[in-house]
Amino acid sequence: MIIPCPLCGTRDQREFTVRGHAVGLDRPEGEVWSDDWHSFIHLRENPAGRTAELWYHGGGCGAWLVVDRDTVTHEVYGARLASEGRA
Amino acid sequence: MRLDGKGQVDRGTPVRFHFNGQGFSGFRGDTVASALMANGVKLVGRSFKYHRPRGIMTAGSEEPNALIQVGTGDAMLPNVRATMQEIYPGLETRSQNHVGPLNMDLLSVNDLFSPWLGAGFYYKTFMWPRAFWEKVYEPAIRRAAGLGRMTRKASPEESERAFGFCDVLVIGGGPAGLMAALTAARSGADVILAEEGAALGGRLLSDGESIDGMPAEIWVAETVAALRETGRVRIMTRTTVTGAYDGLTFGAVERVSTHLPHDPDLPRECFWRIRASQAVLAAGALERPIAFPNNDRPGIMLASAIRTYLNRYGVTPGEKVAIFATNDDAHHTAVELIEAGVEVSAVIDPRDDVQAIGDYPLHAGAEVIGSHGRQGLKSIEVRRGDETFIVAADCLGLSGGWNPTLHLTCHQGARPVWNPTIHAFVPLENAIEGLHPAGACRGTFDTAGCLGEGVEVAALALRALGKRIRKPDLPVADDHSGATSALWAVEAKGRAWLDFANDVTTKDVKQAAREGFASVEHMKRYTTQGMAPDQGKSSNIGALAVLADTTGRGIPDTGTTTYRPPYTPVALGTWGAGARGKGFAPQRFTTSHKAVTTRGAPMIEAGLWYRPSYLPQPGETHWRQSCDREVNMVRNAVGIVDVSTLGKIEIIGPDAGAFLDFLYTNTFSTLKPGRVRYGLMLREDGHVMDDGTTACLAPDHYVMTTTTAFAGPVMAHMDFVAQALRPDLDVRFTSVTEQWAQFSVAGPLALHLLNAVLDDPISDETFPFMQCGAVKVHGIDGRLFRISFSGEHAYEVAVPAAYGDALYRDLVARAESLGGGAYGMEALNVLRLEKGFITHAEIHGRVTAFDIGMQGMMSKKKDFIGKAAATRPGLLDENRERLVGMKPVGPVKELLAGAHLYEADAEPSRVNDIGYITSAGYSPTLGHVIALGFVNNGPTRVGHHIKMVDGLRGVTTEVEICDPVFFDPDGGRARG
Repeated sequence: MIIPCPLCGTRDQREFTVRGHAVGLDRPEGEVWSDDWHSFIHLRENPAGRTAELWYHGGGCGAWLVVDRDTVTHEVYGARLASEGRA
Repeated sequence: MRLDGKGQVDRGTPVRFHFNGQGFSGFRGDTVASALMANGVKLVGRSFKYHRPRGIMTAGSEEPNALIQVGTGDAMLPNVRATMQEIYPGLETRSQNHVGPLNMDLLSVNDLFSPWLGAGFYYKTFMWPRAFWEKVYEPAIRRAAGLGRMTRKASPEESERAFGFCDVLVIGGGPAGLMAALTAARSGADVILAEEGAALGGRLLSDGESIDGMPAEIWVAETVAALRETGRVRIMTRTTVTGAYDGLTFGAVERVSTHLPHDPDLPRECFWRIRASQAVLAAGALERPIAFPNNDRPGIMLASAIRTYLNRYGVTPGEKVAIFATNDDAHHTAVELIEAGVEVSAVIDPRDDVQAIGDYPLHAGAEVIGSHGRQGLKSIEVRRGDETFIVAADCLGLSGGWNPTLHLTCHQGARPVWNPTIHAFVPLENAIEGLHPAGACRGTFDTAGCLGEGVEVAALALRALGKRIRKPDLPVADDHSGATSALWAVEAKGRAWLDFANDVTTKDVKQAAREGFASVEHMKRYTTQGMAPDQGKSSNIGALAVLADTTGRGIPDTGTTTYRPPYTPVALGTWGAGARGKGFAPQRFTTSHKAVTTRGAPMIEAGLWYRPSYLPQPGETHWRQSCDREVNMVRNAVGIVDVSTLGKIEIIGPDAGAFLDFLYTNTFSTLKPGRVRYGLMLREDGHVMDDGTTACLAPDHYVMTTTTAFAGPVMAHMDFVAQALRPDLDVRFTSVTEQWAQFSVAGPLALHLLNAVLDDPISDETFPFMQCGAVKVHGIDGRLFRISFSGEHAYEVAVPAAYGDALYRDLVARAESLGGGAYGMEALNVLRLEKGFITHAEIHGRVTAFDIGMQGMMSKKKDFIGKAAATRPGLLDENRERLVGMKPVGPVKELLAGAHLYEADAEPSRVNDIGYITSAGYSPTLGHVIALGFVNNGPTRVGHHIKMVDGLRGVTTEVEICDPVFFDPDGGRARG
């Protein structure tokens, strides 16, 4: 898989590590345990198809990316910086 | 037999090599196969299952029969194809899979039992008793049905890996590939041209054609010169592209030195990862044999291979050659043999309406139905209508048509498409985006068509790249591919081989269908067809055609099995090239590495770092002696240890304090410049991630330390928090772990020692406990932190890494003059155990702040990572396994990390488990073993006696639960 890092250009996936679905960006408000927190920490969709994931360019610039890709075909549609927010 | 005036080998350079211990002579440019053939050797191996005599069948990497062992000792490699192995002086080769000499293989008795050894034999026969499979049946079967011998040692001849990048990767250097590369390069693209063989040209070197009025090999040489002239083409011969992966990334194996006498400076092979913006597949096609009874005798081979041996190597595999073919192309082979002076005893063609194109006996409408000759072909049996007759021949060329080499187009799941006109599968249109097939691999078999498609397909690639296309002139070449008909298997009595490498016959495939294994994937696994090292290159299509006939489904509905990488077998040492030993786990050395290894310190690994276990003194024979001495030294004088491996992260920015507050459970924004604070970090799920100290060097400027093991994960975590969760904070940070060499100076004489190296002395008053600041060390700008992991009056002094070695040696020398010295990890561990300080042995990932008694560090005034999850009742339950200290109280004095804990009177069983020990060590300060561990409701049970049981080492110890801080509980020594 080739991931287009917005800072470094297209790079081999071996430079990256995956963290899971981009829902990881939606940290709930509130400092006490709630269903939102449960969902945020434990519950994930596992789509066969197009999905948004968090990838870390640890072997490159250190950027966290939201990668839009297909889990079935491995096609990568694009990537943007996680610091730019979820949508 | 070598023919005069033919071939492209270097006749001026004879080469001696060995096969089965016997010396043979060939010429530079020969393969083992061509050289053996020139010497009249026909029998080169035994078949996999029936141990039938086998000869050379092909002239390429698809060879199913002529598999040999190459090399000697641990460098020996099995299953090398004799058709690919070039000869060099001193080359040692051996045949495989026989007991006794090759020509009298004792296991050829298997062939007599063949009626019982068909498909599924092993599955049906060796079912019972079950336990026999692993110990008795499998080893015996593996001995009998083998494919060469492993050395069981790593090869001493290392391979290497490399990465390649190009605009256009051209796979295959035949007519289509050459024209594609030329078009791409002349249009300004950077090209990698990968060719499996030793020379560019592909079939042009084999077929004796002419292009632009000149012999094809001359045109090839001129085209290669033109390619070089562009300066844009990296030509890689002896390079097989083995796999097509995501994003036009290709794997390729370059045989760097397998054609040369051993040279320690050269890798054996190089595994390439090539990233291409566009790719052209010009991999050609593979001729397919025809199944008929006893079609596996030495001397029976592919018709195209005969032509290759004739034109490229100047050898003929026989003196009296017959051809059995379904297509016009193979008739040209007969003509060329005659022109070279070789007798052609017959051409047998099943088509009724075919005409001879030369002076040879043609049997049209006929089929070969048998062969004779024990260890080499003597004659064939031909049937025309009701009549059968014998034709003398010591070589038979087979041609059942051509299969496009479309493997790479299927590596991402695409299935090929049946083309009924050429009776072959062709690549699915756009099977892999950006990989463009051209020439024979897409079913275009005439030379002119291949040359033209090379240009056209390169133009497609160039258009995708946005380059201006400059097409070279198309050379004039033969545009006649000839007609072909389909004949997979001759109907006749006897075993007819489909898969020569795994000994699978038409009978096996039919039987599989009868027994219900009618899907092509099931048939494959039941008969093992296509599962040998050649991966069924010459047999897959024939086998599925026979299956299609048997089931009546037809070929398109039967479909192919899945094509997977690698295209040809890749040695494990080549896959793993560069990832063995230090390539797999690079070594990180501290600046004090030389100093401690010179002192004879045994090193232990901490992640990728190497740290000294202990520093033995003369007379010390056991590590405990050194460790105890070093602990006493720190408690009574002063010790030096390198702590540079701890992660150091420099954090700067107006929001640096707020960022730390969010990372740590406790508050750092209130930390004053010049002060250090211990901090605890949780994961978002409420469990402890890491701990360490963070120093405030100046307003908005902090330096954090992490544990050695978690420096990387903490950095990734901080990147995530800063970028993904708190992009609103104005903060920047970077790892400075390797920029600073940092040493701990610990013990009652620490201040005294330190003032000898600092330009401006400090005192307890000017530099109290948990103070930090800039200092000058022998005139060098450094940093000083008054922190302690030993419980002693201690400092950590940091200097730029370039001065690390010098400062370490100086500190140790000065410490020794004060009755102290260097200490290692064992002593460091004991010192921290005595103080009850935790490491990742304790915070192992399932532990909460509450479990280690640090719930008070979880601020109630602010949010932090893990706060919400840490409030879950289950994580604050009194009965959780919580941190305690332990000491032995009975006659057994041993405590062992990893051992579990039980009530004194309970059975040591899983249900009675109440905890476990995480760290243990002998405390010379206290005179007995101490341990840290976790016990249900531990802190409320101080003083209770329980028992430790180590089932693995068979140790049971009576234990008293105590406070985790064994020494100096009020911390007076550290505060000074």
